[in-house]
Amino acid sequence: MLDTELRTMINEVKDGRMDRRAFVQRMLAFGLTAPMATQILAVGGVAMAQSPAPYKPTKRGGGGPLKLLWWQGATLLNPHFATGTKDQDGSRLFYEPLASWDADGNLCPILAAEIPSIQNGGLAADGKSVTWKLKPGVKWHDGKPFTADDVVFNWEYARDPATAALTIGVYQDITVEKIDDLTVRVLFKNPTPFWADAFVAVVGCILPKHLFAEYKGAKSREAPNNLKPVGTGPYKFVEFKPGDLVRGEINPDYHMPNRPYFDTIEIKGGGDAVSAARAVIQTGEYDYAWNMQVEDEVLLRLEKGGKGKTVYSTGGDIEFIALNFTDPNTEIDGERSSIKTKHPLLSDPAVRKALALLVDRDGIQKHIYGRAGRTTANFLNGPEQFVSKNTKWEFSVEKAVQVLEEAGWKAGADGIREKDGKKLKLLYQTSINGPRQKTQAIVKQACRKAGIDIELKSVVASVFFSSDVANPDTYSKFYADIEMFQIPMTQPDPAQHMRRFHSRFVATKENKWQGRNFPRWVNQEFDAAIDAAEAETDPVKRAALYIKANDIMWQDTVTIAVQHRLKVGAAVNSLRPVLSGWTNDTDNIQDWYREA
Amino acid sequence: MRQYILRRLLIAVPSLLGISLVLFTVLALAPGDPFAELVTNPNVPPEVAAALRTKFGLDDPVYVRYLRWLAAMAQGDWGFSFVSRMNVDTLILQRLPTTLYVIGSAQILALLIAIPVGVFAATRPYSIFDQIANTLAFIGFSLPTFFTGLLFILVFSITLDWLPFVYTTDIKATGFRWVIEQVRQAIMPVMVLGLFQAASMTRFVRSAMLDVIRLDYVTTARAKGLGQARVIVKHAMRNAMIPVVTLVALQMPAVFGGAIVTEQIFRIPGIGSLLISSILSNDTPVVMAVTFVFACLVVLFNLIADVLYGWLDPRISFR
Repeated sequence: MLDTELRTMINEVKDGRMDRRAFVQRMLAFGLTAPMATQILAVGGVAMAQSPAPYKPTKRGGGGPLKLLWWQGATLLNPHFATGTKDQDGSRLFYEPLASWDADGNLCPILAAEIPSIQNGGLAADGKSVTWKLKPGVKWHDGKPFTADDVVFNWEYARDPATAALTIGVYQDITVEKIDDLTVRVLFKNPTPFWADAFVAVVGCILPKHLFAEYKGAKSREAPNNLKPVGTGPYKFVEFKPGDLVRGEINPDYHMPNRPYFDTIEIKGGGDAVSAARAVIQTGEYDYAWNMQVEDEVLLRLEKGGKGKTVYSTGGDIEFIALNFTDPNTEIDGERSSIKTKHPLLSDPAVRKALALLVDRDGIQKHIYGRAGRTTANFLNGPEQFVSKNTKWEFSVEKAVQVLEEAGWKAGADGIREKDGKKLKLLYQTSINGPRQKTQAIVKQACRKAGIDIELKSVVASVFFSSDVANPDTYSKFYADIEMFQIPMTQPDPAQHMRRFHSRFVATKENKWQGRNFPRWVNQEFDAAIDAAEAETDPVKRAALYIKANDIMWQDTVTIAVQHRLKVGAAVNSLRPVLSGWTNDTDNIQDWYREA
Repeated sequence: MRQYILRRLLIAVPSLLGISLVLFTVLALAPGDPFAELVTNPNVPPEVAAALRTKFGLDDPVYVRYLRWLAAMAQGDWGFSFVSRMNVDTLILQRLPTTLYVIGSAQILALLIAIPVGVFAATRPYSIFDQIANTLAFIGFSLPTFFTGLLFILVFSITLDWLPFVYTTDIKATGFRWVIEQVRQAIMPVMVLGLFQAASMTRFVRSAMLDVIRLDYVTTARAKGLGQARVIVKHAMRNAMIPVVTLVALQMPAVFGGAIVTEQIFRIPGIGSLLISSILSNDTPVVMAVTFVFACLVVLFNLIADVLYGWLDPRISFR
């Protein structure tokens, strides 16, 4: 029903009988917000509106310095080598993609003249190609013109395994061809519903061909411009000290009118999150600080009468508990948690259900995450059109007890439930991190009340998240019964986020535990939904498939969502940063300004 | 003398080799992975992460990696940072001046406080001045630098708003204002480090001075009718300073260690904070290089202490 109604509305917008804004508002009424609406309209054949940010300055420059504080400084400035957001953020000041994501999940053209759509001929109807028109007259910082050759070169550069670019995943399965000097076409092997990955946002930053052409492949690390970026961005490179400082000055020939506002920019690195929050909110020494992993209580205290405030942007990052479907204590062919085993306790759906009932999400939000978290039952929490409304969560020790009793888990003499001689004792691991240890304690307490004995374990983050094959404590080996951490969503599309639980990605010794399905959960119905979604070009059907996949995970209690986490930054009161939960903090740096 | 120094330098070579071997083994055994962040990043396929490990030789056995490192080091190649993708020596050289500036100033401050206070306290043992100086010294070296650092930030930056607590390497000012700013931002870290050093040094100067001041030749000098100031400065202090010089030299490595914490708190881009961030990102070549620099400093300052000792006190001979 939703399907037909949507189609009618899309047609109305196409014919001009309904304006875009009304369409978006109707969508809101359905509980489906802006990012969905625009994506639907794009594929439904209506051009994406270029929603210009309310940018007030009327001339370029004159804004003085912009001082940013990143508590981990950028260590390199080549976007294709960036190992973390810190490096991407630093290089994004100088390099630009064809388009970036705005706060609502819309694409904004940067080096593109317009956003491809079916209407303007940019998107092929079969979903197998995208044609980008480039903005004419754009110049690199050294004065050379920016052309389609640069774009094609970046594809060749990144897809060459010898270059060892970290963006290879984005570029290895596509083909890019030059149509003319200002047009490129991206060809996909299969119909690709989410086409806005290559050349978009941080992974899409474009290097100048004339400076990097000689350093493609094995010589990539020798390029002198790895440390001295020459891009098209709003700021020109001045100075770089790895891990400490990135400095830039205004680009007087920038291709967007009246931008940028600031005369100079710097990103200072190092230190810790709490003192970074102080330097912005309390003393105003810096204008903006990133990734405020600080307890909300502390932030609230700093904000009182301070010079700054915290700013939040919503993406799809999820903090969750994963349940192990295999037995971590039995070794088969030298492999624990082998896919050939079944977990003695967690293979009982009642135990999984009970555990989900014992996670006090409200309490965790109130006492730990505060404004930086939202409670949710879903693993998939954005963009809006992919979020399931069919799920719910509850915290109730009584219900958990009831579920366990009905399944035959009876309390023993020590108060711990058992069945067939198996005691309900679980090992719960996570990385060492204040909020996570507190969450562990809250869950353990509730479980104890329901007769489940939980043993807590915490592993240093550098070990827990490592790919070290020799280490038994990594999250992907999962030598525990349940484990908790966060998976970030790096783009406003669920494909990568949901694909990981497909049975073909089960982490095993054979694939050196590189498989991303670490709960080792196998479900044919889920696999089918994901396979279908990845080939589906109809946005409405595709969204329905991802919602279905999420619901299957919820019904089977594969993961227990603990908190939908928001990105937190700190800004001085006068600064107007343009942020988005779907991309890096500096992805729209050209639109930042200060209000007097 | 020259022969002695030469011999000591030659002995230093095997000990540095031993140190490097131990450091390398410990780092190789330590858990962690420089490409950990890639694993949770769904954009990076596992094959790419594996290819990177191979490219940087992380999958080779430890002894092969050590020999490769040693061979490169012998040719003056300090290695290549996994994380920054640049040469380690550039990275260290970029940060060394800042560390030397902060540590040097702290050490000078420590001496400027410790020597007068220690000497004066020794001339009037158990007086009120001595008691107060002693108490403060005890407090000073009992408080760790990370604590005093945070305390200073709270008082001078947050409450009083006098001093900045983020150290910047590129002060946008010229001439006199640049100097003022440079001094202003260094006040807190230098105080934190310097006062900590001064506390233990004061105690040492005082006891060294007390040992000397009761000796016969000092009494003789007084009997000759020399003034108090002249006796203390020219006769007693010169001899009392011999063990102090040794102590200062021997303590230099400890100062570098203390600077690691201080640099992290005040965001000073020195080699200490480089060490911490490299450890956190498992950038083994940088960790190896920085710790090796520290090891060299320990060996070097030990040698300097020994040589200085003999030079100041001719009764000691080098053999």
